[in-house]
Amino acid sequence: MASDTTTTQLAVATAVPEAAPRTPPISVIGPIAWMRANLFSGWISTAVTLALAYLIARWVIGFVDWAFINAIWSVPNNQTQACRDLRGTGACWAVVTEKHRFILFGTYPYEQHWRPALVCVLFVGLYIVSAMRRFWRKELALVWILALTAIGILMWGGILGMPYVPQERWGGLPITLILSTFGLAFAFPLAILVALGRRSKMPAIKAICVLYVELIRGVPLISLLFMASVMFPLFLPEGMNIDKLLRAQIAIILFAGAYLAEVVRGGLQALDKGQYEAADALGLSYWHKTSFIILPQALRLVIPPLVNTFIGFFKDTSLVLIIGIFDLLTAGKTAIVEPAWQGFGVEVYITIGLIYFCFCFAMSKYSQGLEAELNRHRRR
Amino acid sequence: MSAAIETVASAARTDAPPAITLDRVNKWFGALHVLRDISMEVALGERVVVCGPSGSGKSTMIRCINRLETHQDGRILVDGKELTDDVRSLDAIRREVGMVFQSFNLFPHLTVLENCTLAPIWVRRMPKKDAEALAMEYLTKVKIPEQAKKYPGQLSGGQQQRVAIARALCMKPKIMLFDEPTSALDPEMIKEVLDTMVALADTGMTMICVTHEMGFARQVADRVVFMDRGEIVESGPPDTMFNSPQTDRLKLFLSQILRGH
Ligand SMILES: Nc1ncnc2c1ncn2[C@@H]1O[C@H](COP(=O)(O)OP(=O)(O)O)[C@@H](O)[C@H]1O
Ligand SMILES: [Mg+2]
Repeated sequence: MASDTTTTQLAVATAVPEAAPRTPPISVIGPIAWMRANLFSGWISTAVTLALAYLIARWVIGFVDWAFINAIWSVPNNQTQACRDLRGTGACWAVVTEKHRFILFGTYPYEQHWRPALVCVLFVGLYIVSAMRRFWRKELALVWILALTAIGILMWGGILGMPYVPQERWGGLPITLILSTFGLAFAFPLAILVALGRRSKMPAIKAICVLYVELIRGVPLISLLFMASVMFPLFLPEGMNIDKLLRAQIAIILFAGAYLAEVVRGGLQALDKGQYEAADALGLSYWHKTSFIILPQALRLVIPPLVNTFIGFFKDTSLVLIIGIFDLLTAGKTAIVEPAWQGFGVEVYITIGLIYFCFCFAMSKYSQGLEAELNRHRRR
Repeated sequence: MSAAIETVASAARTDAPPAITLDRVNKWFGALHVLRDISMEVALGERVVVCGPSGSGKSTMIRCINRLETHQDGRILVDGKELTDDVRSLDAIRREVGMVFQSFNLFPHLTVLENCTLAPIWVRRMPKKDAEALAMEYLTKVKIPEQAKKYPGQLSGGQQQRVAIARALCMKPKIMLFDEPTSALDPEMIKEVLDTMVALADTGMTMICVTHEMGFARQVADRVVFMDRGEIVESGPPDTMFNSPQTDRLKLFLSQILRGH
């Protein structure tokens, strides 16, 4: 405030002698000026720029040669000899062409692949709809319930003329999307409650929340998954059997919940104490205060670390391979077990990496946009 | 001391029950004794200015009145109801007591209008339309109806503080508490906020105001209370207090204030 007035005064003081507005010198704007200032500002900087440019160019040319110019895109009937002759000089995308359905859908019955494909489309559609602020209404919850029901029906089948497919046959991208979507959709509200609970004045609630966070954070996700798959059934009564995927799902929810809770708590702590006091002074109840004043501000503050955690968990779902669930990464690994296709791991992993990247990059970009939009009120 | 204050107050006012009663209130922060046997009565419609050196417990005292702080000994009655741990009665009391903070504490993610309508809608259960009409009425009274759709961050300090006053008034409180409402403001904005407070005083609102603005105290206060080290040292009408202070501590304080200005 005070600095505003002083700058205006200074501006006025300097503007008085010369009435004509002055444009900045040409040399300080434009791409050439930018390059001169940032890339070629001295002889060391020029040398580093040139050396790096050379290395980058060589690498890019080499990659383009390998990935596109010398690449083989398909081979007839698993005749991979042509690919093997090109080892090191050209990529064998034929492995992806041949095995893409296995990579994407695992051991799901081949002629039923349209079902998991539709499930993936439904998931992506659900993400897009949920991402748009104009759909942020109560009805969105209904859309989610409907979409998730449809996804369940499609995957299992058994009705509407679709043959039943047991969960052991599911695999690939739908598994990854199911684990991460349900995982985060349940972990996030859980995390908010735990974060609020950790700041509660009631000692019992606070103790439970602290215990939960510390216990879960203290063990690696892998051991939690192991416990879920091996030990959890031991505690269940005879004859009762919870699906393996569900057990992994619960483990992921609990794990993500603990991490997200700490992120949310950071936001709650960063919020100015005056906001709590103003809400109290107006007589707002705890839940009104929390949902209208505290959470909207606290969550906005932690969008970057929240999305960071989201992205981390999206990729961590690949750890379920340890308990024999076929997610995208495991399906890819299994696809190249066949002798004819052994040794083409690079191509498969690049493809899978690209799929992961698309989802993670979309999340990251979206969060940047959301952050800018939600924090608009901070700008003057 | 306190007996004398009470006689002055009740002599000046009718025999309606006091709006606020503090009866030998004590408070400690850890081992630090910040309020020592504070006794005070504020009649309905009375305007009290509280002054005293920094750290003397002024904020703590008025924050005890709407229980942003809890006192540990003694009794506080607001509008005839005693402050206890009971959540229901606390909500009832907070509805009747508005508060304005030194640092405004507006909700930055809500527009000015939403800041003003939130509590009427959710605490008073007022329909949205009515709440907005009411908010516009008070925003007009504090002379910034044209800023209703802006966010607090887009306003000047003086404007923000006037929004904070309007926000508190939208709850139609019986009592208003001000904790150094002009201390965070640039000099040129102090007047617009004080003018708003003078206008509010003219409506007959019961006010307790922590401030060092002596001009304001002379203009509106029925009584000035001087606090030092957690005690009420002296109190009386502004002219008596400022022109012929009785205690050395008040004399010292006044000389420091005058030198500062
Ligand atoms: N939340 C708190 N915890 C511990 N000490 C506090 C707290 N709030 C205020 N104090 C102390 O209590 C004393 C009175 O504070 P305060 O009421 O804010 O004084 P004033 O408003 O008159 O400047 C000060 O010594 C201050 O440091
Ligand atoms: Mg203070």
